[in-house]
Amino acid sequence: MADEIRNGTPGEEAQNDSRDPSGFLSEIIGAPVTVKLNSGIIYKGDLQSVDGYMNIALERCKEIAEGKVVRNWGDAFVRGNNVTYICADSA
Amino acid sequence: MEEKEETHAEPLDLVRLCIDETVIVKLRGDRELKGRLHAYDSHCNLVLGDVEETIYVAEDEDEDEDKPPTVKTVKKQSEMLFVRGDSVVLIAPFAGTTQ
Repeated sequence: MADEIRNGTPGEEAQNDSRDPSGFLSEIIGAPVTVKLNSGIIYKGDLQSVDGYMNIALERCKEIAEGKVVRNWGDAFVRGNNVTYICADSA
Repeated sequence: MEEKEETHAEPLDLVRLCIDETVIVKLRGDRELKGRLHAYDSHCNLVLGDVEETIYVAEDEDEDEDKPPTVKTVKKQSEMLFVRGDSVVLIAPFAGTTQ
């Protein structure tokens, strides 16, 4: 119900977006991101989509271990429960 | 993988596009599966056919503790496998991966 109220004020949507975590995530769709998993493995790629479980689809996904690319996955789906953080890479 | 530019509405759409394709599934516990994706659901429960399971085992060679342990791989073949979703870490179409 809170969502309905918020969506009812489209003029302020952009502002609200930056104020809640899922808004941040939808803002960085398409951007290059770093995703760290609970296991310590890091994935870098372009954020294709995210859902409410924090499941993630990455394009050009690279697996990084000890600073080196160990594997190219191409497109990859990451199950949300494994995610520690998602970082929008600058430039 | 012709819809490279298409933005997927949700991440599981990527898995849907892999139906009947060969996928690589990374699992918890240093395991990987490669097989044909027959079915999946929102929990990431999977049904895979013609599966090759790869298990990465660190060999502890106690004679030299400074060296990183060498990783041994154990492979197993299965005709058909049901994978419980909670052990899934990553799913990727095999066609797009390069080692």
